[in-house]
Amino acid sequence: MTTLAEKIIAKACNKSEVEPGEVVVCKVDLAMIHDSGGPRRVKPVLEKLNRKVWDTEKVVVVTDHYVPIESEETRAIHELTKKWVLNQDIQNFYDQQGICHVVVPEKGHLKPGMFCVGGDSHSPTGGAFGAYMFGIGATEMAGVLATGEIWLKVPKTIFIKWKGKLNNLVTAKDMMLATCRKIGMGGGQYQAIQYIGEAIYDLSVQDRMTLSNMAAELGAQTGLIAPDDKTIDYIKSSGGLVPENWKSFRLDEPTSDSSFNEFDASTLSPQIAAPHSPENSENADEFANTVFDVAYIGACTGAKYVDLAAAASVLKGRKIASGISLKVAPASLKDEKQALEDGILEILQDAGAEFLPNSCGICAGYGKDRLAEGQVCLSSTARNFQGRMGAPTSEVYLASPYTVAASAVVGKMTDPRKLMVN
Amino acid sequence: MSRLWLFEETINTDVLAPGFYMKSPLAELSQHCLEAVRPEFASKVKKGDVLLAGDNMGVGSSREQAAEVLKFLGISCIIAKSFAGIFYRNAINLGLPAFLLPKDSQLPKEFVDGSSVVFDFENSILFLEGSGIQINLDPLPAFLQELINDGGLVPHLEKRFDEK
Repeated sequence: MTTLAEKIIAKACNKSEVEPGEVVVCKVDLAMIHDSGGPRRVKPVLEKLNRKVWDTEKVVVVTDHYVPIESEETRAIHELTKKWVLNQDIQNFYDQQGICHVVVPEKGHLKPGMFCVGGDSHSPTGGAFGAYMFGIGATEMAGVLATGEIWLKVPKTIFIKWKGKLNNLVTAKDMMLATCRKIGMGGGQYQAIQYIGEAIYDLSVQDRMTLSNMAAELGAQTGLIAPDDKTIDYIKSSGGLVPENWKSFRLDEPTSDSSFNEFDASTLSPQIAAPHSPENSENADEFANTVFDVAYIGACTGAKYVDLAAAASVLKGRKIASGISLKVAPASLKDEKQALEDGILEILQDAGAEFLPNSCGICAGYGKDRLAEGQVCLSSTARNFQGRMGAPTSEVYLASPYTVAASAVVGKMTDPRKLMVN
Repeated sequence: MSRLWLFEETINTDVLAPGFYMKSPLAELSQHCLEAVRPEFASKVKKGDVLLAGDNMGVGSSREQAAEVLKFLGISCIIAKSFAGIFYRNAINLGLPAFLLPKDSQLPKEFVDGSSVVFDFENSILFLEGSGIQINLDPLPAFLQELINDGGLVPHLEKRFDEK
């Protein structure tokens, strides 16, 4: 018996099988970097080592952090990035087209069985495609770019099973906030998480990405979901080539080394996480009447097409309350275009939303819209650490796009089901 | 002799290297290290000081600057009950020793914030100055010890490429 994580790692280190705890050196199938931790940090190291990237086709570069360009400093970062990409002869360069974790799969780069690294902590998002993908820092990335290899301690697999069916207005985000409360931000122990169960496979691929993405908030190295027909349809529609043997990566049985956590989707309510940790979550009802200033639908976690559509389903024919500002930063240009075509942006605009660029933006505390002293934000993003989204005295509550939208209408935090029954 | 900086709480990458200053040079970013939780840290920390933290040290972003600012400010060793994986790898790759407290062990109560300590890398021991009290830390695996001895991943790779 082998887990999905073990199967991918064994393939990447060219062994017939691997055991948890074993240290192996793996060949990397894809390395993703962005404008913040990417070229400006790896260039000096590669120069010092007198090396170019090991395989230009296996490197993907995305600009998403310093977007829009709003100062000389950020302009310089963009210019350095573009020059480096040209100089290294890298074809896979996506300039200001959205957030890396959403752009890389939507361009068809991720497939089941791949072993990938990303220069960003939310890189486990790639796990939604059955790829073993994890975040690393810049020096380590420079090492990967120079050698095409990385060492790894083979992880145990921690299974997170969600049985049953989700109720209306309850989402993948709520599942993750509840999981963070149950197992904690260290609960992933830098092992591989794999999400299984009926409620997982019922989700759309973009919703699954929310789960894999927030494996980072569980402290796991990656957050896998075994591929199925939905995964394959998504990859094909993104122009990716599907490996013929993809079904051999459809592994979701726990082994004797695995640990196991079970949740019931049918009893889950919308969740809100209080400052300053995603594990501070409770049923949204517990926060009823908590006031806030900014409603934010943004980031790789919370502003993909499905998230914009969820917010619009609540905001249709409604207006946000006075005193609340609703800011929406669609996660990618592609998702924004689709939302425009489908009338979703119009609904959001009519409700009173202000649109921001397709970038990490406020979620990472970058740019002019970051939170001011004392501001309180209800956000569809992943991480609410103190000061992350702006001033040290700002406060961030996390919730699903439904909950953020409904709360913006009510003017206070609410379970979205309260609004939708009226 | 080094000062011990003791943090009971979980220290995340956003408080180590705040996003807003990430575009700035390391020297400027360093001045904002831990300002949200310990405003005096960046101005008071000295070369050779030791940072001892609680669970999940360095949780959050992959930004290497979270470890790099600590090294820049002079921290010689980070010890924690547990580390976030990416931060741990980043610290080692930068040549900054990162050690775990032995599982289920308690930190002797004599170690407090501001204690004078001596760190012995070769033997993975933290001594409380002039007291005879010590903590034996979990030794690093041999290949990580080699990385640190080489000065981090970059010098390590330079050595490897030179050998070829």
